[in-house]
Amino acid sequence: MELVNPGIGLIFWMTLAFGTVFFVLAKFAWPSIMRALKEREQHIEEALQAADLTREEMKKLKIDNEKLLKEAKEERDAIMNDARKIRDKMLEDAREKANEEANRIVESARERIENEKMAAVVEMKNQLAKISIDIAEMILREKMKSSQAQTEYIDKLIDEARLN
Amino acid sequence: MAYHKGISFRTPITILFIWMLLTAFLPLNALSGEEQAHHEAASHEAEKGGFNAGEVIIEHIVDAYEWHILSLGEFHLSVPFPVILYDEGQWHVFMASHFHHGHEAYKGFEIAHEGKYKGKIIRKAEDGTEIRPIDLSITKNVFSIFVASALIIIIFMGVAKAYRRTRKHAPKGLQSILEPLIVFIRDEIARTSIGEKNYERFLPYLLTVFFFIFFNNLLGIIPIFPGGANVTGNIGVTAVLALFTFFITALRGNKNYWMHIFNTPGVPWWLKFPLPLMPIIELVGVFTKPFVLMVRLFANITAGHIIILGFISLIFVFGQSSLYAGYGISVISISLSIFIFFLELLVAFIQAYVFTLLSAIYFGMATEEHHHEEQH
Repeated sequence: MELVNPGIGLIFWMTLAFGTVFFVLAKFAWPSIMRALKEREQHIEEALQAADLTREEMKKLKIDNEKLLKEAKEERDAIMNDARKIRDKMLEDAREKANEEANRIVESARERIENEKMAAVVEMKNQLAKISIDIAEMILREKMKSSQAQTEYIDKLIDEARLN
Repeated sequence: MAYHKGISFRTPITILFIWMLLTAFLPLNALSGEEQAHHEAASHEAEKGGFNAGEVIIEHIVDAYEWHILSLGEFHLSVPFPVILYDEGQWHVFMASHFHHGHEAYKGFEIAHEGKYKGKIIRKAEDGTEIRPIDLSITKNVFSIFVASALIIIIFMGVAKAYRRTRKHAPKGLQSILEPLIVFIRDEIARTSIGEKNYERFLPYLLTVFFFIFFNNLLGIIPIFPGGANVTGNIGVTAVLALFTFFITALRGNKNYWMHIFNTPGVPWWLKFPLPLMPIIELVGVFTKPFVLMVRLFANITAGHIIILGFISLIFVFGQSSLYAGYGISVISISLSIFIFFLELLVAFIQAYVFTLLSAIYFGMATEEHHHEEQH
């Protein structure tokens, strides 16, 4: 039966054709294809590794950045704190100084008022004394108009002096 | 999205299945009543020499000196190939068209119509015995092999060029279609079966044999010229491929491999001496391995061709009894043969894969370095 009976011619040509295809492809096609595939795989591998490395570095960088940012923030806070303290102190100082000045002014004003008052009181006393003496003089003058009254009064004074 | 709900009508298999269901009822009507009687009569007629499906199918799957494309009445369109014969110390080269489709003799040679050399070129000796000259003719299958070989060389040289050009970049076009297959053969077949150390030496052969079988299988499925020849379903072709695998295995076999055959370790001594039972079994195995490769590929591809041709022949078998029966059965036949065509597409890949995988496994056995005693 022909179906399972191989023909010599076909075997011959098949060997030739397949041999040629095998030779040509093995010499010119497969090596460059395999090399290119390998190269590309290596390339991809390297690229992936590089990507991993970069990611790692990015992570580190990010951490560094965060640290830096944190430090900067802390520093800023510190500076702000100091500034606030200084401002508060300055305000406090200014207030104290103003108070002192005000107190001093009030004190001196009060002193002056006291002095004026004292002077006024002395003046008033002097005036009063003068008026009293004047009044007393007038009264005496009135009373001692008669000689009798003068004698009487002298007597009385002598009496009082005797007693003493 | 609405069209994703329920049965998906978009898959080709579903459509095919529904078509087959719908068409299955048609021929039943066509075959009812008197048609049945015609049909029975026709089968008798066929035996007498009407349409002989068996003959037609065998004619299609065996080799031929001409490529018959179509016949219209008396007009035959076929491509003749050169006949190359070596007979009694002389070369004869002429076109197969001189035989006038096997009806005439030329230079004393003719195509046998029956007997041992049916369909082959013979020379009738004076006493009437048929002598078969050494026949190196370019036949249908040889021509098809040449076409496939040229196609493979053109495609892979182009792809290789593309690889040299693109280098580290992504594959494009044809390259991206073939790359998964190439990588698959390298990683899944060669690497796993042969091992990391030796696989690169066998890769060119494995790749060549895979694509050679795959391309020829696919060309065999295409029913129009220059496809459709039953190349990988020809035992001569598969024998050559199997022999390549056999010789490579034998030539690359290391000390371990031959030791394993002639002095199998881990086997009781009385199996080797005085009667060398194990060596004989192992040696037979060396030859059965490529033999199995040869038969498997041949049988699978031939079977596919026979099934498709059988379904198509059904149309003509029924058509002989009644035109309507022929039309009716054609719906089933075409549906089924389309189904088989899809199956054959799968088989084309699977058989190429199996041949390559088994070759790789044999190479792996031939180059194995260490023996794991627990395996025996």
